[in-house]
Amino acid sequence: MNLEAVRAIYVFEMGRTFRTLLQSVVSPVLSTSLYFIVFGAAIGSRIQEVEGVSYGAFIVPGLIMLTVLTQSVSNASFGIYFPKFIGTIYEHLSAPASFLEITAGYVLAAATKSLAIGLIILATSFFFVELSIAHPFWMVIFLVLTCLSFSLLGFIIGIWARSFEQLQLVPLLVITPLVFLGGSFYSISMLPPFWQSVTLFNPVVYLVSGFRWAFFGLADVSLGLSLAAILGFTGLCLAVIWWIFTTGWRLRQ
Amino acid sequence: MSAIVTISDLRKTYDGGLTALNGVDLAIEEGEILALLGPNGAGKTTLISAICGIVSPSAGQVVVGGHDIAGAYRAARALIGLVPQEISLEPFEKVLTTVRFSRGLFGKRRDDALVESILRKLSLWDKRDSQVKELSGGMKRRVLIAKALSHEPRVLFLDEPTAGVDVELRRDMWEIVKELKAQGVTIILTTHYIEEAEAIADRIAVISKGQILLVEEKDKLMRRMGRKQLTIELDRPLEEIPEALAGYGLEPGPVAGTLVYSYDSQGERTGITRLLNDLQAAGLQLRDVSTRESSLEEIFVGLVAGDAGEERS
Ligand SMILES: Nc1ncnc2c1ncn2[C@@H]1O[C@H](COP(=O)(O)OP(=O)(O)OP(=O)(O)O)[C@@H](O)[C@H]1O
Ligand SMILES: [Mg+2]
Repeated sequence: MNLEAVRAIYVFEMGRTFRTLLQSVVSPVLSTSLYFIVFGAAIGSRIQEVEGVSYGAFIVPGLIMLTVLTQSVSNASFGIYFPKFIGTIYEHLSAPASFLEITAGYVLAAATKSLAIGLIILATSFFFVELSIAHPFWMVIFLVLTCLSFSLLGFIIGIWARSFEQLQLVPLLVITPLVFLGGSFYSISMLPPFWQSVTLFNPVVYLVSGFRWAFFGLADVSLGLSLAAILGFTGLCLAVIWWIFTTGWRLRQ
Repeated sequence: MSAIVTISDLRKTYDGGLTALNGVDLAIEEGEILALLGPNGAGKTTLISAICGIVSPSAGQVVVGGHDIAGAYRAARALIGLVPQEISLEPFEKVLTTVRFSRGLFGKRRDDALVESILRKLSLWDKRDSQVKELSGGMKRRVLIAKALSHEPRVLFLDEPTAGVDVELRRDMWEIVKELKAQGVTIILTTHYIEEAEAIADRIAVISKGQILLVEEKDKLMRRMGRKQLTIELDRPLEEIPEALAGYGLEPGPVAGTLVYSYDSQGERTGITRLLNDLQAAGLQLRDVSTRESSLEEIFVGLVAGDAGEERS
């Protein structure tokens, strides 16, 4: 194992994060606060409770997921797209490092950043709503797994993208709708039966459900299924990345 | 000496269908400086990229230090340093961090003393805390060299290291290359400044249209291919070359009133004595004569032009 390579990439990427610390942290916190005001205060005054939890608190896990998912995808995709774009990728390709080591460096850095942002948002939400966390250990597990798996997805998107437009398209066209339709702001059981079944094809449902269970002990799908879905998704992303590096798809001519 | 890089029948056809490498065979000796010469588009960069893992070869084999670049890529790449032709650097990074990064990426432990000595040698130490985008083009190229040296390669590929570098710096670069050679590093360098190859290379390889035309020791090549020219200055310009001198292949020189006679410096007879006698017999008065040896550049141009000619016929 070339652990020095993992560390070098990780440190390099974290350096970039710290250079842009303010914008990295301020904007997600600001937009989440806006969500709290709009959803929590405006809508929450009409919907009092969902399954015994106040609406303001009910949306906290969904809001954190929304930010963590978009952040993971955009951090990781930018992280690998940028060297491709400016040509410094030559160094990664010529280094004695395997796909796992290069991926680990980028994905761990992206996941660290989105995890930090997720935790900051969690802290912020205590200012807006009364919140207690039923299973803190599982809350952290779900958060970490989400950061990792969606950073892997972002990494793939960054390799796939051929332009900055494509890089921004996926989070905008795919991730955001999936999160909004994934039960972030409502319980799946509030939907008509047909849409409930459709929703089960949305991977985000399993994340939000598991994450919300960790907060309130309420879940749309079983805990085991949520975990299996995240792990399966992670495995799928790793398989795709392995394939990318063995074939050199969009990396090597 | 033994080969540290062995390239066998290496081929590369790009996705668009263009064949950039058409069966390259080349053995690079340990510790030598090999200059790889060839016109634009000959396949120099493709060859280097294929060895370094940036381009996937379509066929063929490359072994570096006994390790196959496909099967044992880790061991092979750990020996290799690359200075690419294009200047590709993270613009917002500091010089020092970007050089340290390269060392880590190649699996080497952080070594501040070594990085400092490399940056000092390349006159970059004062710029260590500058962002890359604040540097001049020549400085950026030196950062690329520092990055490649930071992981102590045994084989160093320099793809046009002195393009866009001023004269003084070029000489510094040559010194660095010679120093690396003294430390036992094998160096492969491409350049369009043929005087550069002439100045520092041990051997010359010429590539054209994806094939190696020739690999030879520089000195031997220059002796073998070298032609000398005798320039004869007459006391007055000639209307045309007299019949009696037709057999010498004389050509008008660059200045009016001069004739140029080319001969093989290795030949048994140079024919100079006979020519001078015939000139006198023809009643021509000589003002001056001078000789000049052809440079590597002329040899190179001759070779590549010859190759293009064969292609056409
Ligand atoms: N990525 C690519 N896709 C398709 N064709 C390519 C690619 N890179 C290079 N080529 C083609 O391959 C041939 C060899 O190019 P290469 O860059 O290896 O030449 P070179 O000898 O380095 O030239 P130069 O002296 O200009 O740097 C050229 O015809 C070039 O157009
Ligand atoms: Mg080139």
